[in-house]
Amino acid sequence: MNTRRDFLQKTGCLALAFHVPMELKSFARSPEAAGSAALEPNAFLRIAKDGTVTVWATRSEMGQGVRTSMAQAVADELGADWSRVQVQQASSAPRFGDLGITGGSQTTKTTFMAFRKVGATAREMLVEAAAARWKVPAKECVALNGQVKHEGSKRGAAFGELVEEAAKLTPPKEPTLRNIKGMGHSRRRLDGPDLVTGKAGFGTDVRLPGMLVASIERCPVFGGKVKSFDAAAALKVPGVKRVFQVTSGVAVLGEHTWAALAGRDALKVEWDEGPAAQASSAGITAQLAKRLETPGKSVRKEGKGAAGLQGAAKRLKAAYDFPFLAHATMEPMVATADVKADRCDIYAPMQAVGLWMPMLMAATGLKAEQIEVHIPLLGGGFGRRAMPDFLMDAVECSKQAGVPVKVQWSREDDMQHDFYRPATHHELEGGLDAKGNLAAWNHRFAGGSIAASLGFPWPPESTEVSGAGDLPYAIPDLEVEWAQSDVPVPLGFWRAVPASFNPFASECFFDELAHAAGKDPLAWRLELLKGEGKRKVGQESVDLGRLRRVLETVRDQSGWGTAKFRKGRGHGVAAHAYLDCDTYVAQVAEVEVKADGAIRVLRVICAVDCGYAVNPENVKAQMEGGILYGLSAALLGEITLEKGRVVQSSFKDYPVARMEHMPKVEVHIIPHADFVPPGGAGEPGLPPLAPAVGNAVFHATGKRLRSLPMTPEKVRQA
Amino acid sequence: MAVYTLSINGRSRAVEAPEDMPLLWVLRDLLGMTGTKFGCGMGVCGSCTLHLDGEPERACQVPVAHVGTRKVTTIEGLSEKGDHPVQKAWIQHDVAQCGYCQPGQIMQAACLLKKHPHPTDAQIDEGMGENLCRCGTYQRIRAAIHTAAKASAPAGPKKAGAK
Repeated sequence: MNTRRDFLQKTGCLALAFHVPMELKSFARSPEAAGSAALEPNAFLRIAKDGTVTVWATRSEMGQGVRTSMAQAVADELGADWSRVQVQQASSAPRFGDLGITGGSQTTKTTFMAFRKVGATAREMLVEAAAARWKVPAKECVALNGQVKHEGSKRGAAFGELVEEAAKLTPPKEPTLRNIKGMGHSRRRLDGPDLVTGKAGFGTDVRLPGMLVASIERCPVFGGKVKSFDAAAALKVPGVKRVFQVTSGVAVLGEHTWAALAGRDALKVEWDEGPAAQASSAGITAQLAKRLETPGKSVRKEGKGAAGLQGAAKRLKAAYDFPFLAHATMEPMVATADVKADRCDIYAPMQAVGLWMPMLMAATGLKAEQIEVHIPLLGGGFGRRAMPDFLMDAVECSKQAGVPVKVQWSREDDMQHDFYRPATHHELEGGLDAKGNLAAWNHRFAGGSIAASLGFPWPPESTEVSGAGDLPYAIPDLEVEWAQSDVPVPLGFWRAVPASFNPFASECFFDELAHAAGKDPLAWRLELLKGEGKRKVGQESVDLGRLRRVLETVRDQSGWGTAKFRKGRGHGVAAHAYLDCDTYVAQVAEVEVKADGAIRVLRVICAVDCGYAVNPENVKAQMEGGILYGLSAALLGEITLEKGRVVQSSFKDYPVARMEHMPKVEVHIIPHADFVPPGGAGEPGLPPLAPAVGNAVFHATGKRLRSLPMTPEKVRQA
Repeated sequence: MAVYTLSINGRSRAVEAPEDMPLLWVLRDLLGMTGTKFGCGMGVCGSCTLHLDGEPERACQVPVAHVGTRKVTTIEGLSEKGDHPVQKAWIQHDVAQCGYCQPGQIMQAACLLKKHPHPTDAQIDEGMGENLCRCGTYQRIRAAIHTAAKASAPAGPKKAGAK
């Protein structure tokens, strides 16, 4: 039923789906670069004669601060004067190489060293030029604050004065990187001034000469197709220019957005809704529960696995449930394309340029070098903009109309035609031995697979088990089992992916077992994380010391064990090692549960170990962001289906956290004496939030909530 | 279709538009002023907040025919050099993440500070409660509003400015 998957398969881009470049591929120098008036050692850096340093960011900016942090990686290594640094956005033009995917909190982890090398290359060229000019050894010269200096002869020259000579030199192949350690500098983001004056250019702000704006009527049921449509009334709406069918529905093209929207209101479409028209949330909930009546796939087994429960002195069982979630970026999906016979320009706020080029080639019939994807700012991403559907809308419309077309999604389109965070059902059982030690753990859960739903050539469980299969605690007999249960709902990557739900089940159930064993939940975590070095957890391994340290930090900073709470208030702890991006986070949430069941999160104490924090203030902002996005999911968000249709259509019925919901967030970044390679920050702040809140609600009220969102109604019924 | 003469950021602008066309699309699509953002089209997210005669309004909910002689101020016209106390405070606290909702947040905050020169946290919750952000910038918005309050009216009563 999934037409999007069919499309992905037909266009043959799936083979590339797992290709995430780990390094910058292109260190090619443009032919004009040698001998140019500026120093351009490669495609990512330009130092002009006036001293301006321009860095090209190769990952998309969606609020996570990569344009600033990528520029920092270059500038710090170069020894630039930060006030002279600016950033440009790399396009899909061949000189920038493969732009890959902006996602998985991978940008800093996978590009930091490469961007440092970009800076170091230019630094060595500038130093060499200065040394030659002054006839002194290069190793006696230093580059700092936009100048090369020679201490011995008290000489110095600004970078700008040196670029002409430096540009004539051959870039070093393996420049020496500076010896960095500890933490980077907190820099305000380079886009800040444009963002507060309305000058910043987002996807929806793109305007091309002769451009039409399209709005597309889509089948309300996933996988449904157009049976027939009547465009007569739509075409009478002033400003409406064209109406035609596209893969995703019927497009109404107008001179401006309002004409397209008004024309779409007048459009009549008959749909063939297809088999998904029967789907409902109640049906899917029952399907997932039923799925666990039969075995799934064991994704991790330690000791005797689930069989270890047999020997337990005390056993505890619980079921946890999660709903589908929409991303609800503030900027609804949008893209602009200008498809011509021999060239195609696309302006798309997207996260995965590198992934979808084969699809663009198939859709336009053009070669890669004839297609250029330009990346404006993204008005939020959170994984939604890794999907190509909105961009294909624009390509198809422009190709068919023969003019540039911007396809603007409405809020309703955006919410009802998302790639949703999967709904899942979990059954956990734990066993304590006679002394109250945690002896056995069995976590079984069912849900759809993002990988399978998108037709990615990955094992179906690969997108579903983080936060469950990598449980870090020492438990002699442990088993985690995932059961695939396909649903007629498009699934996609949603901030932290399976770690947006699994840790709520595992970290809350751990809390349940701690209370059953009469242990302090935080101390028990530390006890079961004892040991040196790394512990193998399934396919990955967790650094026990780093995970302990974030827990110890929130213990000490929150007054754990000594804090006093009045009636209805309490605190809870949770931790998650986000192993894909090598970042460790623990949080203590303090909550108040009101008489009507409403939960208010008062304060979140967050400790994060992301290795070398390139921009500590930005790491803090990302923790605040993960916490707030997680808070919407913990307390408010739920997408439901009736008759194959998403019920929710806007922020009216899909509430998200507001100013009043924002807790006081205190972030503590773990300092390192040495250089620890940087990890990610965009996602790791999210996973511990919901379980910390759930555990705090239990501490405050004695009520255990096992289903998200934790609404007042569920609190009252618990 | 009719021609409307609007006063926008101190300039008189004539536009030909259908009478029900929201001011949001008049600004964005007819006048090329894209600072005011589309977020929902139903007045529930605050991304398109601007000022009409100094009062905060959702541009997606104001048909162009209803603007009349009211003075329109958008994010582009809040200050000449981007140095309104709220804008400066936003930079100082590095509020923006993706930044999409921030023009609306800033326009709303500027009005809040006119009404409450030294707002309490409860007044901020109420005054900013209809402006949504998905990135999680609320804590910095709150801090920036307090900073802007101090910068705009430093002689204000201490009590009202207390956090």
